[in-house]
Amino acid sequence: MTNAITMPLAVGASLQEKETKRSAHEMFVETAKKTSEDTAESRAAREAELAMKIRRRREQITGLVQTTVPAFLGFALFILAWQFLSQINSQIPSPAKVWMAAVKLFSDPFYSKGPNDQGIGWNILSSLKRVGIGFGLAALVGIPLGFMIGRFTFLDRMTAPIIAILRPVSPLAWLPIGLLVFKAANPAAIWVIFICSIWPMIINTAVGVQRIPQDYLNVARVLNLSEWKVFTKILFPAVLPYMLTGVKLSIGVAWLVIVAAEMLTGGVGIGFWLWDEWNNLVVEHIIVAIFVIGIVGLLLEQLLTRIAARFEFNEKA
Amino acid sequence: MNHSFHLVVDNVEKRFDTKQGEFLAIRDVNLRVNRGEFVALIGHSGCGKSTLLNLLAGLSTPTGGVLVCAGREVKGPGPDRGVVFQNHSLLPWLTCFQNVHLAVERVFAGKESKAQLKERTENALKLVGLSHAIHKHPNEISGGMKQRVGIARALAIEPAVLLLDEPFGALDALTRAHLQDELLRIVAETKSTVVMVTHDVDEAVLLSDRIVMMTNGPAATIGEILEVKLARPRDRLALAEDVEYHHYRKAVVEFLYSKHKKAA
Repeated sequence: MTNAITMPLAVGASLQEKETKRSAHEMFVETAKKTSEDTAESRAAREAELAMKIRRRREQITGLVQTTVPAFLGFALFILAWQFLSQINSQIPSPAKVWMAAVKLFSDPFYSKGPNDQGIGWNILSSLKRVGIGFGLAALVGIPLGFMIGRFTFLDRMTAPIIAILRPVSPLAWLPIGLLVFKAANPAAIWVIFICSIWPMIINTAVGVQRIPQDYLNVARVLNLSEWKVFTKILFPAVLPYMLTGVKLSIGVAWLVIVAAEMLTGGVGIGFWLWDEWNNLVVEHIIVAIFVIGIVGLLLEQLLTRIAARFEFNEKA
Repeated sequence: MNHSFHLVVDNVEKRFDTKQGEFLAIRDVNLRVNRGEFVALIGHSGCGKSTLLNLLAGLSTPTGGVLVCAGREVKGPGPDRGVVFQNHSLLPWLTCFQNVHLAVERVFAGKESKAQLKERTENALKLVGLSHAIHKHPNEISGGMKQRVGIARALAIEPAVLLLDEPFGALDALTRAHLQDELLRIVAETKSTVVMVTHDVDEAVLLSDRIVMMTNGPAATIGEILEVKLARPRDRLALAEDVEYHHYRKAVVEFLYSKHKKAA
């Protein structure tokens, strides 16, 4: 936008100078108006535009370099430390060995040799499926509940102590209850995901509802909007950013928990696989599993951050 | 007997329950407003002028007395009264058009076609000079423009009364002056009945037919009512040297700073 600033400067200058000092943007706009004429002026404008593009591109590249170089350096140091560690302790596989193992694993991710020996792709997908179901159910229950708690003070006071007690309970403490009720490992694991990922969604949604600025609600009141309009036009959009924060936290928790739950319940899944490889004492596979869990978790969070960013609105100008 | 008045405030009193006990904000407020009249409520902060406006808007209920708007008792908020808030109160996730349309839809949907609703919305935004920014979001426009959208939203529902709560208080002096001129034009065009809360003496004199001056709270009430008999249309520049204008201005200033001086 520097062009806009140069414009008033040119006002006092002579006509000749004015012509040369005219902002590239102004000229560009003019070019667009009379495209038929290919005057020297419009050529100059195009050149200026191009120069600006190049400059912007260059700035982008330096910015990219400034962020990626430290990241690469961090990785390099991490690998170096790992290499060093593997040399002093022969039980820890070296980065190269783990890399080879990973390449081999991912070259055939979707094989299936019975329930206890499946490709890493199946393991990841099974875990994601469990997380999806448990988390989905939690969202289905937690978000409407959060809305109600936020809207009705009585309900808030009623549920606050229960939530306060149950929320800090370790995920795995819920597993026996799940096993008892469902008499099967898979639903029990889903139950653990459900109960652990529901809290952030309830709490954040409720806080979002409670924090809706009175101004917005006054608009609803003076216009006498219907409950449905209040919900769709005011309540929901105002709460959405809070809700998505809750969803983001929940998916993080769910992914953390699934690994632990699967270690105990068995079946197919990345957590179970990790434990299985521990029993087989294939340490490089354990390390591969750790990276896979980390990367999948990161991707899940990134995905939700992207979604959340789309619904962010700017309150202040 | 009240039929001839568009807006009637009869012996209104408002008490609030606070932690320190009961607080009497305003008492014995009596006011009659004619159709098409522009009334300003002025007073020091805490004099209950906004309390009175909220009562008119129906956002709170009086603990005594009655308010009547266009022949109907005020029992709650309703679209027969258009309210413009000090902080614009636009919904940030809706465009200017959508913000106004929300109000238009509420009042005219069912009675009119979609095209007519759209036209009403566009006309309201045109009236406040915002045709060019119709599809912008509130964060993309200036404070003065936001307040224009607020006015458009309030006027689009064709209210019996337009209630303005310090609508220009948060704006810079130049923008404020500009919007005051615009409001003069809009009110003349739409022949609206307006009640406006303000703490700006010049604004009150420039815009109103009557200035209702309130005593200091607690237990505030109407101290004096000044009739402003300046001819319309009013011109800011011409009035700057007008003897009458200064006479009115002096009367308000005297009320505020000598008769009812507020201990700061």
